[in-house]
This record gives sequence, structure tokens and C-alpha cells, in this order.
Amino acid sequence: MSLLWLRFALGCYFVGLVYAFVALTRTSETFGRIALHAASMGMVFHFVSLTELFLSGQIVWASVHNSESLLAFLSMAFFMVIYAIYQTTSPGVVVFPIVFFLTFVAAFGEQPVLLTQFVSNKGWLIAHIILIFTGYAALVLSFGASLLYLVQERRLKAKKPTSLIGFLPALEVIDQIGYRSLLLGFPFMTLGLLTGSVVAVTTYGRVDFLDPKILLSVLMWAVYMVMVFTRWNSGWRGRRAAFLATFAFVAALAAWAANYFSAIHRFGA
Amino acid sequence: MRYQLIGLNHKSAPLEVRERLAIPESRLPDTCRELTSYPGIEEGLVISTCNRVEIITHTANGHADLRGFLHDHFHLDASTLDAHLYEFREKDAVRHIFRVASSLDSMVVGEAQILGQVKEAYATARAVGAVRGQLDQLFSRAFAVAKRVRTETAVGSSSVSIASVAVELAKKIFGSLHGKNVFIVGAGKMSELAARHLMAHGCGSIFVANRTYERAIGLAQKFDGQAIKFEDLYATCDRADIVITSTGAPHAIFRREHGEQFLARRKNRPMFFIDIAVPRDVSADMAKLDGIFAYDIDDLQQAVSSHVADRRKEAERAEAIIAGEVEKFEARQSTLDVVPTIVSLQDHLETIRQAEIDRVRGRMGQLTPEQEIAIEALTRGIINKVMHTPITTLKSAARESEATTVVDVVKRLFNLPVKGKEVSVEASAKKEEAGKKTEVGTQR
Repeated sequence: MSLLWLRFALGCYFVGLVYAFVALTRTSETFGRIALHAASMGMVFHFVSLTELFLSGQIVWASVHNSESLLAFLSMAFFMVIYAIYQTTSPGVVVFPIVFFLTFVAAFGEQPVLLTQFVSNKGWLIAHIILIFTGYAALVLSFGASLLYLVQERRLKAKKPTSLIGFLPALEVIDQIGYRSLLLGFPFMTLGLLTGSVVAVTTYGRVDFLDPKILLSVLMWAVYMVMVFTRWNSGWRGRRAAFLATFAFVAALAAWAANYFSAIHRFGA
Repeated sequence: MRYQLIGLNHKSAPLEVRERLAIPESRLPDTCRELTSYPGIEEGLVISTCNRVEIITHTANGHADLRGFLHDHFHLDASTLDAHLYEFREKDAVRHIFRVASSLDSMVVGEAQILGQVKEAYATARAVGAVRGQLDQLFSRAFAVAKRVRTETAVGSSSVSIASVAVELAKKIFGSLHGKNVFIVGAGKMSELAARHLMAHGCGSIFVANRTYERAIGLAQKFDGQAIKFEDLYATCDRADIVITSTGAPHAIFRREHGEQFLARRKNRPMFFIDIAVPRDVSADMAKLDGIFAYDIDDLQQAVSSHVADRRKEAERAEAIIAGEVEKFEARQSTLDVVPTIVSLQDHLETIRQAEIDRVRGRMGQLTPEQEIAIEALTRGIINKVMHTPITTLKSAARESEATTVVDVVKRLFNLPVKGKEVSVEASAKKEEAGKKTEVGTQR
């Protein structure tokens, strides 16, 4: 049943995906509204799917399937918060495709499960997953914002502010969206890594820093911290910030991919 | 469609005349009442804004003396007024109202305020009972048309002058302008205007620097701002988010190194340079810096002209929408015009049928129910066959200009009761005769 709801949600997010592509070529407020409604409806289905899963008691948080679904949901929630504050759907251009992709994989993909049977403290594990994914979701949004910043900056520099993609919010607004997501995401990511370490220590007795998963996660966290620091200290934005955000995003992807070859944080069959 | 309209606007009358005709809001209800009690006027509505005064009416016969009303109401003689007035009837009046509501007749085409003003005027007139069926239909349609124009064209989306383009660009960069600081470098009329626009949109404090310090003080006082010595320009400039520069310097006064300094001190928060100096005050390599957005006079001019061109194109599309809507409105109105005639024709024939059945029934004695039904069916069948062609003709004529003629002919042929008495029948007969004469005349 949970999977069925998720597929309904996927259908709704598909509208968002189409919007993301259409919005690149022309402005349509009506379509923006439709996409927003569809996305909200998708979130409702998605929420039902997650709740049902949780209540069924069969939840395996650490399955790729469930965690991707959770990440998609959290990203969408972030998007909605941003919408509530800034009244703009434009981050959707980046967020919708990512959410669609994650939900798609969650709804149809193979479902390997992380080998967590040795984990003794399930509470820490759940905290770890939720914190990390909130951090990821914030990173996704901040990455999206930094790309939009680049686009808007180019347009203003090209002296063609009346041209396409007129729906983008003001440069400083995009900047704020990105920075706030970054600031918000950082503590989650940090706490997520800390809880992860707690789980590792209680399970294996130590943290193996040479394990690819941990190495890449620490690298991602370091990039994240550099981003927050450069922004806070010297106000990096535009190209440099986008470069860092892309790097952090790639690091996050790599950390995720590490699940396939890590010794301690690994997908089983 | 006996709509009749008289009015003047910013194009037809100078401000002095418009001022004398402007009706304060508090007096609008009385004016509407006065209007509807004027001979020949059934419904009336008054729009009075700083750019226009319009009297829109639905009249009893299409020929009310609206000029007379204006003369009486404003106690003005014809010589001061008449040259500035325009008058529209029927279809043209409908078109005019559609254009006004859609802001195509406005001084700044596409400005949104006018629709609100028209809606208020409508509400006022409605409240005093001066607007009923006919004007109600007209204005409901006008509001729908205005909405269509607004959503289907971009006529209301962009602003025009350099100063407002500058404001728009600043908003593209900063979002809200609240609390943003403005630096005027080189006191000039144009920079003053741009600054005024920016302040009107919420900008915070203003700094002014000028080679002649006294002039800087003078301008700063106007804005309640702060005068800066020209030597201190580079040290203070980073405090501003928006810099309007228009010095007469022969070379750029803002160069790349300055830009880098500013950005470093501002922690890379963006700066917007409005460079209206010729030759330019901001060097090209400084404009390339990330976080520096410099628009020179040509860029601004281009933005303005692209807006104007866009707007003209959009206005053309809007006009096309309105033309279509006027046709539709007219068609619907005239269909509505023939409906009463059709109904009274049906009533008339039904009365005859009933009377004839009653008359014959006495002679036929007792009838079986089957016979009753047969007689009903027979008589109804005859009536319907006879009526078919006249009704179809009326309906199709309604969509053409000859509607009134056909309606009148039908009314005369069947001796139907005529609203507005026999006058209109006679008038149409005369019209027909006149028409025939001209036809004959042209044939000769």
C-alpha cells in the first residue's frame, strides 16, 4: 500500500518535473500554481506513504528505498518552507527534478538494504538518518539556489533583464534562500555525522576513518563547513559559491555512492 | 444597445479643463442621481479621475442630450467645454469603456489603477440605483475584458521611464529596496530624479558627493541625506548599495581596483551602479567584476525602448481582444433585443389560437378526449409551421445590423405591442423610406 501511495506522489511530482522544464523557456504563473498544487498533493501522498510504512512496523529506515523516499520528502518540505517565506516557485526548477528522480528510484528501483542488523541502538540510528537527510535536503536546496543565482547574475550582467526566465526572484532573494538553507542544514549535517559516529562506536567499538563512507562523509562535511565559513567571513557568492556548492553536492553523491563499497555502511543484497 | 457616452480625458482636454470638471468622490452619488433624472436617460454612471471624466448612460431612445447635462451640471458654457468633449454611441461607446477599463486609454498605458477607479464608480452608481440591467451587463463585461487583457497580454507588466527602469533593475538585484542606501555622485537633474524614484520605493539613506561641495550639501538637504566630500568618495562609497553617478569627468572615476575595494569591504554584497554620465564614470573592467552591476545610459535607454516596443506590441494584441469582445457583446445584446419580440409574437398567436378554438367549440358540441387532442395538435402544428420562418429570420437578423428593421417589420405585420410606443415604428418606417430614396438616388 505504502508503495502505491508513493507512486501517486510520483505522479504529482511529475507535474513539477514538467514545470521545471517549461519554466526554463517561458514564464507561466498559472503553470507555477498548478505545479505548486500538484507538489503539495504529492507531499500528502508521500506523507501517507511514509506514515503507513512507519505504522506497519516493517520499516527498515536504512533501506535505499525508504531513505530516498524520506530524502525526497524532506527536500520537498524545504521547498515549501522557502515558498511560504519568499513566495517563489523558482527553486523548483532544480528541486523538482531531484525530488522526482529520488521518488522514482524509491518507487521503482531495486531495494538493497543497509546491513544494520548488528546495530544495537536503533534510536541513534533513526536520529542519524533523519538528521543526515535533513542536512542533505538543505544542501540540495542550497545547490539549487546557487545555480539560480548564477543564471540571474548572468542575465543582469548581460543587460537583458527582460529576457527569458523572468520568473526568477531578485538576486539577493536567491542568495538568501541559498545561505539560509546552508546555515540551517549545517547543524543537521554535523549532528547527523556525530550520531553516526555514536552508532559506529557502539556497534564496532571505533570509527574507522579510512572507510570510504566515513572519509567521503567527512570530506563533504568539510566542504560544507568551508562554504558556510567563506560565506560568513567574506560573503562568497555567485560563481565561487556555486563552485563550492557543486563540489559539496558531488561529495554528498560520492558519500552516498560509498554505500556500495564501504565495509561498515554498506548495502546488502 | 442604446449606450451613449460623453467625456474628456488627458488627450482631449488640458489639465485646467479637467480640473473644473472633476467630481469629488463625495458628490458622485448625487451626480449619478441627477444624471438618471435627466430627460431621456434610463441609467447612468460617472467616472471621474485626474485624467478623465466620463458620463456613460443607457438612454431611452439613443439620443439623450448629454452635452446639455454637462453644461447644466457644471454651469459651464458650450465654448469652454465642447471643443474638448468626445461622444460615443452604441458599439463605439462599448469599445471605449472596454478600452478605458483595460487601461489602453490611460496616460501610462497598462497602469493598473484605472480598473479600480472604474470599479468604484460602478459600485457608487449601483448603490444609488443609477446602474441597473443594461449598464450592469456592460460593466460586468468590461471588467471581464480588462481581466482578459491583463492576463493574456503583458500590457501592464513593464514600466517606462529611465528612472523607473532603474528602480526595476534595482529590485531585480535587491528584491526589496527597503533600507538600501543610495549614493549620488555628481549632482544633476537626472540623478536627482532617479534618486527620488528609489526613495519612493523605500530606499534608506542618501549620500551625495559633488566636486563643488556646496552643491552636494544643497542636494543632500533636499533628501535629508548626507553630503560627502569628493575626496572621501572611495572611502565611503561602499556604504551604498546603489550608486547613481553622473559626473562630467573625462574618464572613468570608478575603476576595477575601486570595485575590488568596495566588494572586499562589503563582504561581496552586490552593488548597483546607475551610470548616466557621458563619457561613462564606471570603467568596463570594473563592470565585469562579480557583484558589480553597472548599467550605463545606453543600457537603460535600451531597456526603456524595449519596454516601449513590447508595450506597443502588447497594446495591439489588447486592441484585438477588445475588438473581438465588442463584437461578441453586441451580438449578445442584439439577441437579447429580439427575444421580447419573439415572445410577444408567440403570445399573440397563442391568444388567437385559443380564441378560435373557443369560438368553434360551441358549434361542434361534445368532443371526445381524442378529438380534443387532435384539434390541439392540429392548431398548434399550424401555428408552429407559420411561426418557424419569422422566428428564424429574427434570430439570424439579430446578429446583423438590420435587426431593428426586421423587429419593427414583424411588430407592424402582427400588430404587436411596441415598447417605446409607435414612435419607433414610425421612425423606422421613415428610416426605411429614406433608405429607399438614397438607394434610388444612387441608382440614378
